[in-house]
Amino acid sequence: MSHTFTLDGKVIPFTEGQTIIQAASAAGVFIPHLCYHPEFKPHGSCKLCTVKVNGRHTASCTMRAAVGMVVESETEEINAERRALTQMLFVEGNHFCPSCEQSGNCQLQATAYHLGMMSAHYDHFFPNRAVDASHPEVLLDFNRCILCSLCVRASRDVDGKNVFALSGRGIKTHLIVNAKSGQLADTDFTLADKAAQVCPVGVILTKRRGFAVPIGERKFDKAPISETAETTEGR
Amino acid sequence: MNAPKKKLKVATTSLAGCFGCHMSFLDIDERLFTLLDHIEFDRSPLTDIKVVSPGTDIGIIEGGLCNAENVHVLREFRQNCTTLIAIGACAINGGLPAQRNHLPLTAILEEVYHTGHGLANGMIPNDPELPLPLNKVHPIHEVVKIDYFIPGCPPSADAIWKVLTDLLAGKEPELGHGLMHYD
Repeated sequence: MSHTFTLDGKVIPFTEGQTIIQAASAAGVFIPHLCYHPEFKPHGSCKLCTVKVNGRHTASCTMRAAVGMVVESETEEINAERRALTQMLFVEGNHFCPSCEQSGNCQLQATAYHLGMMSAHYDHFFPNRAVDASHPEVLLDFNRCILCSLCVRASRDVDGKNVFALSGRGIKTHLIVNAKSGQLADTDFTLADKAAQVCPVGVILTKRRGFAVPIGERKFDKAPISETAETTEGR
Repeated sequence: MNAPKKKLKVATTSLAGCFGCHMSFLDIDERLFTLLDHIEFDRSPLTDIKVVSPGTDIGIIEGGLCNAENVHVLREFRQNCTTLIAIGACAINGGLPAQRNHLPLTAILEEVYHTGHGLANGMIPNDPELPLPLNKVHPIHEVVKIDYFIPGCPPSADAIWKVLTDLLAGKEPELGHGLMHYD
């Protein structure tokens, strides 16, 4: 029996062990996602990649593909749920795109465009979060953190440094820097780290480079996220 | 012969905004003439009419809510407009004025009028004619129902044109890639 399943009616081939999102992206089908990154172990936390498998909701980044699965993704119902999740991310942090140097390269913003998010709908939290400018090469703006944990995984699994961690629970979960002072300057983090390259939003920013590419000429200004293969490459 | 079609009445205002969205609206340039075949302006900085007429078809709101008067004007628009459109980042998420939201209002007023550089014998303005500032700046959808949103800082003239022409054609407005911008 051939290794295929259907995604919105389209036949998708897969190899043993592949997740639904891996097989879909190999077949050129986009499933919205934020905490998933092809180079890392899935985290399954943002739930943006949720699909319906044989009628049941599941995260396509953690669910292994199986023969004959019937998967739905681009439906009005699922996209409405994805949009609501995205709106919650927007109100939970401080996402002011006009003053963010990552605007146009931001995966959260591009995903919101893709989902047709016209407003954040919910009441904004306007949290008070600090900025860490201690490091000579990198600025951390925690206002925009969506807790995808990609920097945590990159620093731990690729760089072998464990610079970042998620601390606290539930609504109090937040990103921290593993140093006694809590400051990035007091870690061995460098710009060459994988963790410096993976932030899908505007938390980990290279200093003195913010507007080298002007607004309007950036990655997602040129093509929507659904047409861009891997979204954080080449930042 | 058909009688000329009744023009839609449109009102606009800028609350806690910078009028940048209004400037972008004017940027539709000569298309304004086409628009004026279909609409007439009611209350707006363009007409200087001070109150919104009952039965206004479309209200366009720029800016968020930073003081009591903003809330009053917003409610007046909601009461008198069939369709309300939030235009620009500030109306939609508070925008630049909301950058004060993590600071206590008293601390801001103290610094601006008392302790800031070059101030002597300053006092916090308290004339009863001045609207009282709100503790936090709020997006307008947190106070009244908003029917449509045009994001952007400011939205491009083309985005504004697209939404208005879609509405005039009786369609659900839709901004595709290129017109949909939060920045």
